[in-house]
Amino acid sequence: MSNAQTFQFFNRGPSPAARLVFFVVLSLLLMFVDARYRYLESARSTLSMLVTPIQQLATMPGKLWHQAGEFFVTQGGLVEENHGLRQQHGRDAALLSQLQSLQQENQHLRNLLTLPQRSEFSAQSVEILYAERDIFKRKLLIGKGENASIKLGQVVMDDMGIVGQITRVYPWMSEVTLITEKDHAVPVQVVRNGLRTIVFGAGDTSQLSLRYMPVSSDIQNGDVLVTSGIDGVYPPGIPVAKVVKIERDAAYPFARISCLPLAGVDRNRQLLILSDLPPLPVQPAEELPPGTGKDAKTGGNG
Amino acid sequence: MSYLSPSTPEIQRPVGNIFIVLSVLIALFLNALPWEGWWLALRPDFVALVMLYWCTHTPLRVGIGLSWAAGMLADVADASLFGQHALAYTLLAFGGVVLHRRLQMFDLRQQTTQVLGIFALTYGVYALVHWQVNGYVMWAYLLGCLTSTLLWAPLSIMFQAMRRARVERE
Repeated sequence: MSNAQTFQFFNRGPSPAARLVFFVVLSLLLMFVDARYRYLESARSTLSMLVTPIQQLATMPGKLWHQAGEFFVTQGGLVEENHGLRQQHGRDAALLSQLQSLQQENQHLRNLLTLPQRSEFSAQSVEILYAERDIFKRKLLIGKGENASIKLGQVVMDDMGIVGQITRVYPWMSEVTLITEKDHAVPVQVVRNGLRTIVFGAGDTSQLSLRYMPVSSDIQNGDVLVTSGIDGVYPPGIPVAKVVKIERDAAYPFARISCLPLAGVDRNRQLLILSDLPPLPVQPAEELPPGTGKDAKTGGNG
Repeated sequence: MSYLSPSTPEIQRPVGNIFIVLSVLIALFLNALPWEGWWLALRPDFVALVMLYWCTHTPLRVGIGLSWAAGMLADVADASLFGQHALAYTLLAFGGVVLHRRLQMFDLRQQTTQVLGIFALTYGVYALVHWQVNGYVMWAYLLGCLTSTLLWAPLSIMFQAMRRARVERE
């Protein structure tokens, strides 16, 4: 029996070694093209139509479990939650009225100083399809894509702060790179004193770090970092992280500063996608000193 | 413990294409379940397991080309670099096709040791690609290699039982 198989086997096309070489070369080529040039996005989105139903089916039990859990909430819990929300709403309404007057005042002052206005942006809510499949990566896939006019580079946040940005758009879903992805950078500002810096992901879902901060820099534990908005990707003033640990060692030129992301980077199911962000004014090319504009590069290709 | 004995000729009965396709789809489904944290690190690669099973048991029908195609689907599902899983599964299938006659002579315990080598190669490819792209290696990821290997025997027993049931029904 096995003789017959051998005979047949070698009569069927190229030998395993030849096939191996062919497919290995093909895979390496694909990897190279994908990593360097990103030409294959359309092929990827076509194939994703085959895979998406399977993935949606796989996340269905979890979703149903959530929904069932939500269905069986007790009356007491609801009353309590309602009460809490009512109180929160009261506080928020007070703050909101203050905000409106502040906004008017800000607009007025900006008019007086002839500064450009801070424009508003709209947001659409999405649901996370599933979290990172590959343990190497910190990515989310969300349930809206080209069908909801999601675009590359849009900012994703939750109610607490920034979660990440869109780095790939499929027909029905899109991929979010988290701010905690290794070497992903967000330009930020310390709320307390306006100090501008850049916060980097550390490759762990609950860690960010501030690099290249001099030992003497004015940063304290508990400082809140918000986006500075000078990169043209993230709008200004959105909370990003909180400083939790500072190691100042005079032997090193830079302090070692760890931060915690404020947003529930790995907690929430519902996220917001900001759209209609104002484009940055085009910089005059000839006056651009070499090296400027590097801040705007926020590690889009993870 | 008749399953532990070297495979009998009965097992060589043909399997339907539908059975093979369904098993790969179910493997993709199992890979796509919401694994998190340590569970993700321990997640066996079901697609690799199923492809290896078919490569060793029906090398004439499922070989390197189909494994490569399954790898492309896995790449899309994992949103990983295009070709990463494809490359790993190509090597896996090559190992399976080359070793299939030896594996069929072995009992499940001996098979498991051979399969560990093949999976180590597969996971080595992931680690290598990751090291090339990101510049560091995550050793925790190699745990999946061990869990995949441990699942080899249960999977073989299950598939054999299912194939036997089909044969008896016909």
